[in-house]
Amino acid sequence: MTKVHVQTKINGDAVEFLADPRETLLDCLRDHVGLTGSKEGCGTGDCGACSVELDGTLVCSCLVLGVEANGKTVDTIEGMATGNDLHPLQRKFIEHAALQCGFCTPGILVAAKKLLEVNPDPTEEETRYWLAGNLCRCTGYDKIIRAVMDAAAEMRQEVA
Amino acid sequence: MAKDELNTFKLVGTRPDRPDGLDKVTGRARYGADFSLPGMLHAAVVRSPHAHAKIVKIDASKALALDGVKAVVTRADLPTGLTGDEWDLQENTLAGEKALYDGHAVAAVAATSKLLAEEAARLIEVEYEVLPHVIHVDDAMAEGAPVIREGAADPTVPEGLHPNVVKYMEFGRGDVEAGFAEADLVMEKSYKTEATHQGYIEPHACVGQMGSDNKGEMWVCTQGQWFIRKMSAAVLGIEASQLRVTPSEIGGGFGGKTTIFMEPLSLALSKKAGGRPVKIVMTRSEVLRATGPTASASMDVKIGMKTDGTITGARAEFRMQGGAFPGAPVDMALYCAFAGYKLENVQHIGYDVLANRPKCAAYRAPGSPMGAFAVESLVDEMCRELKLDPIEVRIKNGVQTGDRASYGPKFGSIGLKEVLEAVKDHPNLQAELGPNQGRGFAVGYWFNHNGETSVSMAIGEDGTAQVSVGTPDIGGSRASVSLMVAETLGIPYEDVRVNVVETGALGVNEPTHGSRATFATGKAAVEATQGAIKEMCRRAAAEWGIDEEAVEWADGAAQPAGPNAGKFPPMTIKEIAAKMGSTGGPISGHHESVPDGVGASFGAHVVDLEVDPETGRVTILRYLVVQDAGRAIHPSYVEGQYQGGAVQGIGWALNEEYVYDDKGRLANSVFLDYRVPVASDLPMIDTVIVEVPNPGHPFGVRGVGETGITPPLPAIANAIHDAVGVRMTHLPINPPKLLAALKAK
Amino acid sequence: MGQVTVHLWSGLRRLTDGAETVEVEADTVGEMLDALSEAHPGVKPVLDAGVSVAVNGEILNGGRHKAVSPEDEIFLMQRMKGG
Repeated sequence: MTKVHVQTKINGDAVEFLADPRETLLDCLRDHVGLTGSKEGCGTGDCGACSVELDGTLVCSCLVLGVEANGKTVDTIEGMATGNDLHPLQRKFIEHAALQCGFCTPGILVAAKKLLEVNPDPTEEETRYWLAGNLCRCTGYDKIIRAVMDAAAEMRQEVA
Repeated sequence: MAKDELNTFKLVGTRPDRPDGLDKVTGRARYGADFSLPGMLHAAVVRSPHAHAKIVKIDASKALALDGVKAVVTRADLPTGLTGDEWDLQENTLAGEKALYDGHAVAAVAATSKLLAEEAARLIEVEYEVLPHVIHVDDAMAEGAPVIREGAADPTVPEGLHPNVVKYMEFGRGDVEAGFAEADLVMEKSYKTEATHQGYIEPHACVGQMGSDNKGEMWVCTQGQWFIRKMSAAVLGIEASQLRVTPSEIGGGFGGKTTIFMEPLSLALSKKAGGRPVKIVMTRSEVLRATGPTASASMDVKIGMKTDGTITGARAEFRMQGGAFPGAPVDMALYCAFAGYKLENVQHIGYDVLANRPKCAAYRAPGSPMGAFAVESLVDEMCRELKLDPIEVRIKNGVQTGDRASYGPKFGSIGLKEVLEAVKDHPNLQAELGPNQGRGFAVGYWFNHNGETSVSMAIGEDGTAQVSVGTPDIGGSRASVSLMVAETLGIPYEDVRVNVVETGALGVNEPTHGSRATFATGKAAVEATQGAIKEMCRRAAAEWGIDEEAVEWADGAAQPAGPNAGKFPPMTIKEIAAKMGSTGGPISGHHESVPDGVGASFGAHVVDLEVDPETGRVTILRYLVVQDAGRAIHPSYVEGQYQGGAVQGIGWALNEEYVYDDKGRLANSVFLDYRVPVASDLPMIDTVIVEVPNPGHPFGVRGVGETGITPPLPAIANAIHDAVGVRMTHLPINPPKLLAALKAK
Repeated sequence: MGQVTVHLWSGLRRLTDGAETVEVEADTVGEMLDALSEAHPGVKPVLDAGVSVAVNGEILNGGRHKAVSPEDEIFLMQRMKGG
């Protein structure tokens, strides 16, 4: 199939790639752009390991075609830290041991970051429902929820 | 949990950041599918759409005619003459005469892109002759059931049983009938559990490369690179040492990544394609259809109990199917079933049965959850009948150190009693329950495992330490090994780097399985470190001109051992390391063994839940895990094992199951339909780490990974009974099933 | 060599002429397994397929070199595996 020229802004950088129209945004990020931080756990939008922001909207990048990213901005796990300064969520995940194998971690961090933008002071229940589309098989979610809420508390103090 | 007063360690028992944390929160950590090589091809696998079918013909000509398709592999490309486990692995890698289950690999194709490989796979024409199939264990051993493979039974199987029964076991002691006669209450019930999948979020992935000289390399997500090497070499008929296997970071395994599935295909395709590397990444559907779920079970249990709660006799008969190959964990299920009880009269019978399903692999404490579901459900029911406290009945009958286990030998050090006492003290037991709410309790057991282990470590020029281990870090083992090595050397945690290395760098290691990494790799790492310490003491002794025996190691330095040794200031590891090039060369240590001293782990769970009588939906309100860790090296990751194990068990109890249609095809091969627990299904999972140190480990470690998946199955069934008075004996207890039971009440 | 008593699982009785415990001459686990195979060839395929041996409660995997003596309590078990 003829490939399509796609122009995007990924994590703040202008990026161009050629996409087969059948390829997902996740395929393009991983195979053409070299950003392998977003993971494929299911390919059907059930696990959330491929979560990215597309023009500021949280999406499963396995459910978006690569060509759909043309002219849009994409934000992935690789853009979450500022240089060597980790996002508070990233620090809190390490501090709370909120990962075991770490495979679902990028998607959960991207999704949680969006949660805290939308709702800086989520309850436990709100956090659990927001992350219900991100599967983790190792942790039982306990330490993930604690890490997100602790990061939220820290970020609220910084703002205040 | 605070460190106990016996813990005088500086680092062991603390909670530092894991060494691989930064890589894993930034997306930098490289998992199986993240690896690529120049000139790499991509592969797709053709899989049987039938549960049981003769393969009449495979025609790949149309696929091979496509531009960019480089190789097709079928069973005809693999060597013949394999036997036993190795034949099973080869047959599962690529079907021979018959496809044995829906999803069984039949052919594989490599092409210049993933999309092209998928297109080529669709063009490979396979002609099948569909055969009758059988899915459920009781059906598979019934008269007239389709025979999956003649002659697969081992010599333990008595004559007269269906050929699908491939292994039979029977063991016990005492006189169970006399035991039942002595009882005031005898109850007998049947239970069923369905097959579940480990559900690791990372699908299997590998890149394999092999030339015409049969020298190969592979990068693969696995729990055990040496197992991949040995099994792939056997399937392909090549020499193990000519295959170099490098493990990637691993996105979960839980036992499912201790064996091979498509890995040898990458090598076979690579060789046929002139040695170009070949990448294979499974889809989720392939993972569910064609990797190694656990067995399904049909179980009968009979127990005799006196009015004071004393168990006088117990009998279990378990039947399990583990797919189209021998290996259902019925043996382990029976060993664990009554492990918590001190019994004079006990009998176990087990059948391993073939069915048209994928070849089961290990899944966290393989077998133990099923056995516990049956036994702990029945014990609970009998406690209710006799109006006895279920925890007190476990304490009354509970095994202690030195008691004879239900399966024969005597227990070494165990901590069941300490676990049960800790449960009784927990505030969760005081929480008030409302209408349709109930509380359930159950005990679980796992042996833990040692296994072949090889570790080497070396002192760096700056007095830091590097440790090479062969067990992939699946849940924080780099952190725990670093803590143990740093504690032993008396240096900061940050001064140790633990590397998970490839097969060329160490002797054979078994995988990260059997809850063995912190026990076995940890023990070997401490032994290796002791070797390096001995050498550092020798160097210091030579420098000081005193006997080697007159030097001891303390606080990260060689020191004169007592006043008679002479007066010398401590020689630190940094000083010794800086000079090692001129005092005899590199300083390192290594250790190879099957470490003895394995410590078994008991756990007990308490769940509070609520049943919605309108829908049959169960909501977990509170959950408590209490388990004996021996010693928690890094308590956060011990808690994580407890929590993760419990939630996998909750999924098994309430939702997860392999569903087959009437043609024997898996009907739920995506995560939307194979529904694992999500964050909104759960409360926080409370944990208590009990520490009854294992005398067989330098820091008392038992291994904590597996026991936690066992108690949830019965604990939840027991809580549902407590809440609404119905006894569910067939997992999963999903809303339709529970609603039907409520209506039938 | 000392005479050691090996407790089999009772399912193996058919292969050992009805015996559930077998006495063999052996100083190591390996010698014990070999002597067991020699005395009861029917169990050889079961042993070759892999078993675990518990000596005084310690379950040995791959411990053919481990010493056994007449006072030891020895159980033959199914091969241990884990997830």
